[in-house]
Amino acid sequence: MKIEDVVCPFCGCLCDDLVVEVEGTRVVNVENGCTLANEKFMGDHRLKAPIRRAGNGWEAVSYDEAIEETAAILLDADRPLLYGWSGTYGEAQSVGVHLAELLGAVIDNTSTVCHGPSIMAIQEVGHPGCTLGQVKNRADVVVYWAANPIEAHPRHMSRYTTFCDGFFVKSAFRERKVVVVDVRETDSSQVADEFVKVNPGGDYAVLSALRAIVRGKRDLIPPSVEGVSREQLFRVADLCMSAKFGAIFFGVGLTMAQGKNKNIRNAIELTEELNRHTKFTISPMRGHWNVYGSNEVFTWITGYPYAVDFARGIAFYNPGETTSVDILRRGECDACLVVASDPGAHFPRACAEHLARIPTVQIDPHVNATTHLSRIQIPVAVTGIDAEGTAYRMDGVPIRTRRLFYGNYPDDLEVLEKIYRIVREARG
Amino acid sequence: MAGILIKNAFVIDPLSGIKGEVMDIAIKNGKIVEEEPPGAEVIDAGGCLTLPGGIDSHSHVCGTKVNFGRYMSPEDMRAGRTARKGVMHVTSGYSVPTTFGNSYRYSTMGYTTILEGAMAPLEARHTHEEFNATPHQDMLANTLFDGNWSIMEAVREKDIARAAAVVAWVLAAAKGFAIKLTNPGGTEAWGWGEDVQSIHDPVPRFGVTPAEIISTMIRANEILNLPHSVHLHCNNLGVPGNYQTTLDTIDLAPDLNSKRQSLYLTHVQFHSYGGSTWRDICSKSEDITRAVNNRPQVVMDMGQIMFGRTTTMTADGPMEFKLYMLHHNKWSNHDVELETGSGIIPVYYGRKSLVNCVMWSIGLELALLTRNPWQCLLSTDSPNGAPFVKYPEIIALLMSRRFRENERRMIDPRTEHFVPLFAIERELDWYEIAVMTRAAQAKALGITCIGKGYMAPGAEADVAIFPIMPDKVDPSVDFQQVMAGFSRTRYTIKRGRVVARDGEVVVEGANSTIWTKAHVPDAYDMSLDPEFQKKFEQYYTVRMSNYPVQDVYLPRGVRIDTEAQL
Repeated sequence: MKIEDVVCPFCGCLCDDLVVEVEGTRVVNVENGCTLANEKFMGDHRLKAPIRRAGNGWEAVSYDEAIEETAAILLDADRPLLYGWSGTYGEAQSVGVHLAELLGAVIDNTSTVCHGPSIMAIQEVGHPGCTLGQVKNRADVVVYWAANPIEAHPRHMSRYTTFCDGFFVKSAFRERKVVVVDVRETDSSQVADEFVKVNPGGDYAVLSALRAIVRGKRDLIPPSVEGVSREQLFRVADLCMSAKFGAIFFGVGLTMAQGKNKNIRNAIELTEELNRHTKFTISPMRGHWNVYGSNEVFTWITGYPYAVDFARGIAFYNPGETTSVDILRRGECDACLVVASDPGAHFPRACAEHLARIPTVQIDPHVNATTHLSRIQIPVAVTGIDAEGTAYRMDGVPIRTRRLFYGNYPDDLEVLEKIYRIVREARG
Repeated sequence: MAGILIKNAFVIDPLSGIKGEVMDIAIKNGKIVEEEPPGAEVIDAGGCLTLPGGIDSHSHVCGTKVNFGRYMSPEDMRAGRTARKGVMHVTSGYSVPTTFGNSYRYSTMGYTTILEGAMAPLEARHTHEEFNATPHQDMLANTLFDGNWSIMEAVREKDIARAAAVVAWVLAAAKGFAIKLTNPGGTEAWGWGEDVQSIHDPVPRFGVTPAEIISTMIRANEILNLPHSVHLHCNNLGVPGNYQTTLDTIDLAPDLNSKRQSLYLTHVQFHSYGGSTWRDICSKSEDITRAVNNRPQVVMDMGQIMFGRTTTMTADGPMEFKLYMLHHNKWSNHDVELETGSGIIPVYYGRKSLVNCVMWSIGLELALLTRNPWQCLLSTDSPNGAPFVKYPEIIALLMSRRFRENERRMIDPRTEHFVPLFAIERELDWYEIAVMTRAAQAKALGITCIGKGYMAPGAEADVAIFPIMPDKVDPSVDFQQVMAGFSRTRYTIKRGRVVARDGEVVVEGANSTIWTKAHVPDAYDMSLDPEFQKKFEQYYTVRMSNYPVQDVYLPRGVRIDTEAQL
């Protein structure tokens, strides 16, 4: 059976034009997808049934047993952490937030180690953005800053920017200028009209230089700024100021480089200043397909996009204090529920070690690095393949992922609701 | 459910012609009924003011830009937080509360129905998700068409029927309730960093004017027989001298519907400015209300501002950028492809700012100078003018000249030279307040047909009982009591169930989402139209099949069906 307009649950592009062929409970072919999509749909590394650690090995347990033990671990904890959420859908995230509320837990999503600094910058200065279709239909200048879309978001350029014709830009490849700013050459820099090579850690200074030029202070610019020549800075600034519609996309190379949220703030303020000359927007290249959804869901329920601490009864937010890495590094947390992400692969070693020390439960379809730190793992259906629900694209556009077939796994929502019911019963 | 009998209620129910009499109200199966149901729970209202559940016909509570207002404002989240208590979830936020915060606060003020003022169709799913987390009010969504390419193309072709067909498809796809135009044409211009300056200024690259968009949409709305009229946020919001644009817009409104207005103008305070700069800005409320008093086909809401901190948020992207250039605080913008835009900035309205004092006066003047309370509804365009929790204070100001005089001493002393407010003696009465906060909203939105806004047998049992004894309180003197009374109901009853008591929500809610489906002949089914399909194939970034909001997002949807005259 061929299914059209399938939504890809891999990256923040959330492409919704895939054609997927299904035989029984197996995907046999994917059209229109990138290599990442193909692997996501066709790969088969699923854990078959819930497992629990037994000595140096694992034993199989039933879903009910695994769920009851998970609830017991959470109920027994003084400072539980519910982490992850970017790889599941909004309805499940919502139950997760209510579970945290009930437990007085900390709930955090993967923004904490990717675009958390972007959120902090937005909270300082705001965010002039747009949906991706605005860029596709209008932009004559696109800037990728510390992002490598060809490898990380493989269809970003063909669906929304460089190679994608739009209403006002009939021949994108000819009419649209692409600037790539990065510390090294990448596949993406190869297709750029202008590649700006910045010294590692030099982004803040380069952004400041561009702001100065946009403000008409060219005479302040030294011959070279963090490896970028004055001539190139002038050229890029002129290109931006003469654009009819410009769009900046930035990646984790900017959020996690020296300067972190201050880099993003500077980039946003550059965008704001360019708006005094022309139209400019700026957008983070969000990684997980529904990381932005976790920010949205957390926000409408708690008021904050990530790192929410319910220990005082109210929702409390203070990145640096209530963020997962900090809580784990301080050894503060005494139980962790990981849902739909892989902190074992992405967190600093000290945090991973702490996860291994405390009872950690993972709800995830796949065996991954976190499996090895966990006490229990409960496999679930994969959203977008055998489960469906709401996802938010990197630009905030909500799209409902599709269920392609009914498999044998419960989905995240079902498992989380069962845990929630047990906890509610116990806590009232 | 055995039902409820409310005894000794001092009832004002304008749509039923009840202007204040002590009576009993019987409720069964979520409806008002004639006879007391056997075994009913008895609530003794003890002569307290009892009104139909409040209806807010223009508020920003759910959806992409509202949530971004929260996301970017941890300082606002900290400014209003409550812990989990009983059935109540944690809440955060003062001017942009979390969904549960909105729902609980509205509920304890007696509000049972809210219209979200602006929903971009492309992001409608988000609004509906938040509706489901706003459990104590029935929700409706104004659906944005101000920069819709298919609409502007139909306007250019002077094809009203096609415009109507586009509206029908989009409303059904977005599960929206009514047509909203926010700075029509201006939001598309903002896609290039531009704006329109008058209703006759052409939209760049589309060659249509705001006036043409407005006129076409008013007629398309009537062709579709939609319950509500076109809901318009005029061009030039917040610009000194903009009252002329507003008067020109009012002149466009034909009288096409005998049951309700043909044009709803929202937050008119922001559109009633004289002068030419921020230095000589003055009130033109007299000109605006004169125009409205002479045109029964126009209804407006106040868009009152109140002093203090709040967050402005609107689909009017260019306006927010202009405001940002004044305030230099922080600015968010979010343009939506082929449809509309939006912007957000936090603001502080100060008693020491002459401009803010003039704005504050204008809102009150609009309500006091509009002869017919059915034509001027109470609103703050929450949170733009102020968060909705300020409504009780506005009611008190409208009911008490003495309160207004007290305020006069607190504000910039120059204000009175720029506004007529302090020469107005009128004090509104309980009946007029009941009209302006529920009955007129129900009529203007066209939702009396589903039992909203009144308490006669057959109506939805949405009732608010306030701790106010109208025969013992003189609102012109006891304005503090009026304010306190409207802040916290003794009982809020939603669809026949007590949902809030004395300021606390007592049950988990289960709201409905009300939307409109206009049935059109097959020839006008846009899903079959090649030009329309092309928009999705070439210009949108979401496939046509993934665009419509699925039924699963409206677990308790209430669909109003209409037949188009096409």
